[in-house]
Amino acid sequence: MFEHLLSLLIKAIFVENMALAFFLGMCTFMALSKKIEAAVGLGIAVVVVLGITVPINNIIYNGLLREGALAWAGAPDVDLSFLGLLTYIGVIAAIVQILEMVLDKYFPALYNALGVFLPLITVNCAIMGASLFMVERDYNLAESTVYGVGAGVGWALSIIALAGIREKLKYSDVPEGLRGLGITFITVGLMSLGFMSFSGVSL
Amino acid sequence: MGLRQILDKIEPLFEKGGKYEKLYPLYEAADTIFYTPGKVTTANTHVRDGVDLKRIMITVWFCVFPAMFFGMYNIGLQANTYLAAQGAAMDDSWHSVLIALFAGNDPGSIWDNMIYGAAYFLPIYMVTFVVGGFWEVLFAAVRKHEVNEGFFVTSILFALICPPTLPLWQAALGISFGVVIGKEVFGGTGKNFLNPALTGRAFLYFAYPAQISGDAIWTAVDGFSGATSLSIAASGGMEALSQSVTWMDAFLGFEQGSVGETSVLAILLGGAVLVAMGIASWRIISGVFIGMAATATLLNVVGSTTNPMFAVPAHWHLVMGGFAFGMIFMATDPVSSSMTDAGKWVFGALIGFMTVLIRVINPAFPEGIMLAILFGNLFAPYIDHVVVQANIKRRLARV
Repeated sequence: MFEHLLSLLIKAIFVENMALAFFLGMCTFMALSKKIEAAVGLGIAVVVVLGITVPINNIIYNGLLREGALAWAGAPDVDLSFLGLLTYIGVIAAIVQILEMVLDKYFPALYNALGVFLPLITVNCAIMGASLFMVERDYNLAESTVYGVGAGVGWALSIIALAGIREKLKYSDVPEGLRGLGITFITVGLMSLGFMSFSGVSL
Repeated sequence: MGLRQILDKIEPLFEKGGKYEKLYPLYEAADTIFYTPGKVTTANTHVRDGVDLKRIMITVWFCVFPAMFFGMYNIGLQANTYLAAQGAAMDDSWHSVLIALFAGNDPGSIWDNMIYGAAYFLPIYMVTFVVGGFWEVLFAAVRKHEVNEGFFVTSILFALICPPTLPLWQAALGISFGVVIGKEVFGGTGKNFLNPALTGRAFLYFAYPAQISGDAIWTAVDGFSGATSLSIAASGGMEALSQSVTWMDAFLGFEQGSVGETSVLAILLGGAVLVAMGIASWRIISGVFIGMAATATLLNVVGSTTNPMFAVPAHWHLVMGGFAFGMIFMATDPVSSSMTDAGKWVFGALIGFMTVLIRVINPAFPEGIMLAILFGNLFAPYIDHVVVQANIKRRLARV
């Protein structure tokens, strides 16, 4: 069991890297990777949010939405999985809000460090994607916790590396037309070439 | 009239307002190959050294020569040995016509082997050089920066990590991608973050896997398939490996592989000069080696019943595939590696670790050093950042 979870974790971090293998969460990935400090803050926020929302969505999916999940309420034929998308995004938004309030009250330092990134995460498609992958792959609670954290760590790792590269690229002399987002797209493409080293690993 | 006079005489043509103003980078490059530039710094003081970027790059270029010449010899040796064993003649491709003009097919003759190898390697190198040089000069002329000898290094490294049978148009495509996307869009030498030669090769690797991986491409004889030691080890384990090639042969380079990667001895020869001159960082080289040895040993201890690669010991990892070539010539690229001393150790160890990991646990790629170095390049700036921040923190505490 432990070995299975470990390989799932590694798979989520490297092989199926949210940013560089699936290209999810690209908008925040590109927009907030100019500085390493910001990238680290955002990365931690994503890890936290993914680590909480994926297992909670898992509980909701298995306890309420999936076909036959409502058997305990006397309705074994009800299949509410069409509500999935709506529910997950609601759960994510709610949890981010609650998390924000909790942090503001009890960990003001962290709250200030994360700043605007926390609410931004609500609309990060990597977060949504992880929940959808969880449903599609039929993870149980332990697996989805590990998967959520792993996907977050993988995404954080990529944005930190990108921020490092972009800080270095400040000294580059990029042709006029490519400056800004253009060169970032090329950079991300080349980064995913480096991450290809993991593709094909079966754990 | 001396060379200096000729250069001085034509210089006005290339300067601003001259007839060939656009080609100034070409003139500048030719001039500084032969003569140390006369420019002196006028701004603040900074460290000066007779060994400038151009001299460094040319030195690297020369240091690759042992591996290159041995590579050519080895191409010929492998092909001629096979032809002799089969009693077969060469096919009627233009390579063969060219070879028949100058030499025979005796595997015992150094000359014959060299010519055979040269007929395969030199066209690849020439195409690489011309096409890559074209992009370099084009960007230099349009964007008004200097043509840099860094390109000498990129082109020869790129040609040496290709299999000898690579189609020439692919060599052109690969170096174009490497030079343009890997380097020039970032502003040229010193401004990129990935090794351009490896970027080009990785591009080819994923775009045209049939011509750059597998068993049929390593020997320059049509229809002959000879597996590299890595793919033998991956499929048959140590037992099959020790039957097909001895460690000494692999160390000296008598095996299948990309042109320049087979002979560890020739590579180390060039590497020793680079380290002695302080061009290649010994920290990175040691880091890569230690990372590789530690990971390989760890995996030996862990062991596996299903994956024979787990049992391959560190000294075999060293001589198989492109490990030595990547360690000496690719990982030490001063532009794309970490810059800080502590960072270099970490950067190197990461590459060594990843190389073995990819070789052992990733069934999709038999060789890992190429992608491991690219992966290391991605994290090099962040590693530097951490080292610098730690240093600042330490010194702040002292205040």
